[in-house]
Amino acid sequence: MRYIPLTQDEKQEMLDVLGIASVQELFDDIPEHILLDQDLELPEALSEAELVKHFRELAKKNSDLSSVVSFMGAGAYDHLTPSVIKHIIGRGEFLTAYTPYQAEISQGVLQSTFEYQSLIAEITGMEVANASMYDGATALAEACLMSCAATRRELVVLPSTLHPEWQEVVKLYLENQDVQIAYLPYDRQTGIIDPNAVGGINWSDVACVVVQQPNFFGLLENAAALGELIHEHGGLFIMAVDPISLSLLKSPGELGADIVVGDGQSLGNAMGFGGPSLGFFAASGSKLIRRMPGRVVGETVDTEGKRGFVLTLQTREQHIRREKATSNICSNQALNALIAAIYLNVLGKVGYQEVGMQCLQKANYFKQRLLEIEGLSAPFSAPSFREFVIQGDVDWAEINQRLLEQGFLGGLPLDGCGLAGHVLFSVTEARTKEEMDTFITLLRGLI
Amino acid sequence: MATKKVVPLIIERSTPGRRGYRLPELDVPEIPLSQLIPEEHLRTEPAELPEVSELEVVRHYTQLSRLNHGVDVGFYPLGSCTMKYNPRVHEDVTSLPGFAALHPYQPESSVQGAMELMFNLSEYLAVISGLEATTLQPAAGAHGELAGLMVIKAFHAHNGESHRNEMLIPDSAHGTNPASSAMVGYKVIEVPSDDRGGVDVEALKKLVGPNTAGLMLTNPNTLGLFDENICTISQIVHDAGGLLYYDGANANAILGIVRPGDMGFDVVHYNLHKTFSTPHGGGGPGSGPISVSKELAPFLPGPIVQKEGDKYVFATPEHSIGRLKSFYGHFLVFAKAYAYILSHGPKGLREVSETAVLHANYMMRRLQDVYYLPVDRHCKHEFVLSGMWQRDMGVRTTDIAKRLLDYGYHAPTVYFPLIVDEAIMIEPTETEPKSTLDEFIEAMRAIAQEAKEYPENLTSAPHHTPVTRLDESRAARQPILRWQKP
Amino acid sequence: MSEKILYTKEHEWVVVKDNIVRVGISDYAQNELGDVVFVDLPELGDVVEEGEGFAVVESVKAVSDIYAPVSGEIVTINEELEDSPELINESPLDRGWLVEIKVDGVAQTGDLMNQQEYEAFLKGV
Ligand SMILES: Cc1ncc(COP(=O)(O)O)c(C=O)c1O
Repeated sequence: MRYIPLTQDEKQEMLDVLGIASVQELFDDIPEHILLDQDLELPEALSEAELVKHFRELAKKNSDLSSVVSFMGAGAYDHLTPSVIKHIIGRGEFLTAYTPYQAEISQGVLQSTFEYQSLIAEITGMEVANASMYDGATALAEACLMSCAATRRELVVLPSTLHPEWQEVVKLYLENQDVQIAYLPYDRQTGIIDPNAVGGINWSDVACVVVQQPNFFGLLENAAALGELIHEHGGLFIMAVDPISLSLLKSPGELGADIVVGDGQSLGNAMGFGGPSLGFFAASGSKLIRRMPGRVVGETVDTEGKRGFVLTLQTREQHIRREKATSNICSNQALNALIAAIYLNVLGKVGYQEVGMQCLQKANYFKQRLLEIEGLSAPFSAPSFREFVIQGDVDWAEINQRLLEQGFLGGLPLDGCGLAGHVLFSVTEARTKEEMDTFITLLRGLI
Repeated sequence: MATKKVVPLIIERSTPGRRGYRLPELDVPEIPLSQLIPEEHLRTEPAELPEVSELEVVRHYTQLSRLNHGVDVGFYPLGSCTMKYNPRVHEDVTSLPGFAALHPYQPESSVQGAMELMFNLSEYLAVISGLEATTLQPAAGAHGELAGLMVIKAFHAHNGESHRNEMLIPDSAHGTNPASSAMVGYKVIEVPSDDRGGVDVEALKKLVGPNTAGLMLTNPNTLGLFDENICTISQIVHDAGGLLYYDGANANAILGIVRPGDMGFDVVHYNLHKTFSTPHGGGGPGSGPISVSKELAPFLPGPIVQKEGDKYVFATPEHSIGRLKSFYGHFLVFAKAYAYILSHGPKGLREVSETAVLHANYMMRRLQDVYYLPVDRHCKHEFVLSGMWQRDMGVRTTDIAKRLLDYGYHAPTVYFPLIVDEAIMIEPTETEPKSTLDEFIEAMRAIAQEAKEYPENLTSAPHHTPVTRLDESRAARQPILRWQKP
Repeated sequence: MSEKILYTKEHEWVVVKDNIVRVGISDYAQNELGDVVFVDLPELGDVVEEGEGFAVVESVKAVSDIYAPVSGEIVTINEELEDSPELINESPLDRGWLVEIKVDGVAQTGDLMNQQEYEAFLKGV
């Protein structure tokens, strides 16, 4: 077999050492009636060349964004990714290592994770970040559970403007621990939560309130007001944020957030049909930090006084605390976090702001051009960043099919959110004026 | 791994005004920022990111990478983690834009190839486990546990048995098992092990009852031993109305040899990053699909891919617990596992397990005269020794582990499972050449000798690594978890 | 009441002075744990039940729950431990004390071991 180097002679030598006649004897302790007596029903092995061919054929059945121009976002974004990323993460020392249990031979992963934590803490304005979570949605679910543990309360307040899939994930995690959820409705005119219209909730029972910024519709919430409200009642303020938007927007730290989570796909990670990306998780305050889920890297010194890094605060974790651990997470998204860190480093202080600025400018340009089309309107008045909703009395799914034939991926129809005729567009710095103008022309022809 | 120099933090390389990447010029008319976003939303200070050139970034990470061990660098016998070779062609085929550049919400008609891959992989995993249906959604093994336990809970609730709130877990189990149980609100009941290293069947009989939701088991277990009583165990649990959960972290021992479904398990999670050779990435991403029996299939998290005629569609099972993660799971990881299964085929997979088991037994037998072997029987793909003899010489298992680093190896998993004092858990995998196994055996033997003659060589190890032993107490007492602003 | 030191089977020590019970962990316990890196103490005014876990002492790789040897109210906590958890290793019976619990009436210490009994108990562990 290709990846098994054992030769017949070597196998015999090993069997001799073991004093057995065949490998089969090593499985003697498995009850005979459950041993398989035939091959698994799987396709026969492919050679490397056949494998590549098979993958090429499968890939051809997909229309991918190397040839299709995308205006779709809703949690997965088509940003430019510097070439250098794939070369760095291709290094076997990063790619083929595991969790840095042996710190002395894992300084590469440990230091790069420490730097990742620093970068996330910096853009979110929080004291510390952990080494990563599975994705934004699970990071948020864990943040809600952590708030319940920290406040000893069992009610979580979610905004109805939270990404619908995130709502589902949070609900599943919380209902399994019998935590109640209350939802804040959004204002149909602004498209955001109205902090003055949040009655009907007994706030002193609330463990945390969550704000997604920008919200699912791409709009900017009045986050600070909701933060103040929950703090008055002794609960925690969680912000779920987009990391690109933080290049321009006030940091959650400045807005008084206690816990900040988000999805890091837009930081240099491939869309990959939805995964893997990473969830980031940051918090402030030493009490909360000790309740964080996931791995954390800290700085220390070796016996010669030289700076080095180790996994730390491990008593929170499952391998020590078992059923009392702050979370069950073990493997995380280390390589995706590395990608995010390389991305932020190579873009740097100025490049990062430029990406945010270009997203904003281009999204605005595209939105204005769409609004020139008769029959289309902007249903929400709150300011937006990279995404926005457009309304028109048309069948967007049907239009998207037609656009796809022309090489364009349109926005996401929002029928699933009870908003028939609404569609969510996303524009990143990767889009050009020419692409946008062509799209507008095509769309005019279809409406 | 030579350099002894400290690599500066990248922020310490920062020079104001330096750029590492250029965007295309903005090609739409620029509107003043304040007209687009009201002041109260805007940052007053830019985030202090490093300002470095592309070359500096490349050098920084290259230097860091040289401080790190990986399967590509050397032997990595980290028990329970299956650090096998990660075929490079998998990286090539999964970075094709036809997979890497797909948006998860594209119309189904435009992603039929990706869905076909998911469908096929789901089927293959069901075949390998001997079960009925699969979801690929969970992000890692622990997430698979969460999914599987939620499915079990939903199944009991559906049958009007919500009172079943006890999860039985052997004392040898991995920490994620009890932690996942707690996350679904289960009470953890610890099951003792017997002196053959398996579940203590008599004790189990006493622990099951009307509140038993199920039993989580790793088989072969974390001692690397196959539980011979598995059929009795599953009978006991099923008779009590509970379900059996298979922690598939150790599936590298059983491919094509025995199927969890045939052992009586109702739910299985796989760690695609272990058994199916997707790279561990310094700690992730993993992927933790679960396969379940026919009775449990309607409860799986959705969406999952189904085939209707010659089309693939996303569907949500009838009584689905809901959604455990954004989108569909770690698609690019699935793709690598799929490639792995295809390049092995049924015979190749069986050979993987046979070889992994042969390697482990060979090493175990060649080391048991110098390290205490707590349970003397055939192991499966890994085995657990104890550093008890060395402890009497003033050397702890940590010291043995650290000394192995000097020899250029990653250490085995240590101090796990918890039921073995000074545990040393060795998993060689099938992809290592015999010469590597022999060299490692010699190193372990030399270290055992050193423990007798020069114990201080061990207690002060490692000596030849980029840093010497690090002060973990200091890191935990006054945590420094991010760089300080320059 | 005397101020002699008494021990629990969970390797905690108590010193009783009138209705105030000072609690810490034994030298044996700190040695088993290794370098203590963090101590999670209850809040002043918390009421604890005998046998209830009310504090946590952590080393790098182990966690130890501390069980209340008596029922009562937490009236003093050793604030020095917040910044210097290592006091538990350096001075377990003195500067490394954890809390003081005020009991209703007279503290029930009948089940606890004196120094000699505890040493005999340790031999059996
Ligand atoms: C026996 C066992 N179970 C479960 C897990 C958890 O898997 P993951 O790290 O993929 O979440 C592991 C991983 O280390 C393991 O070894």
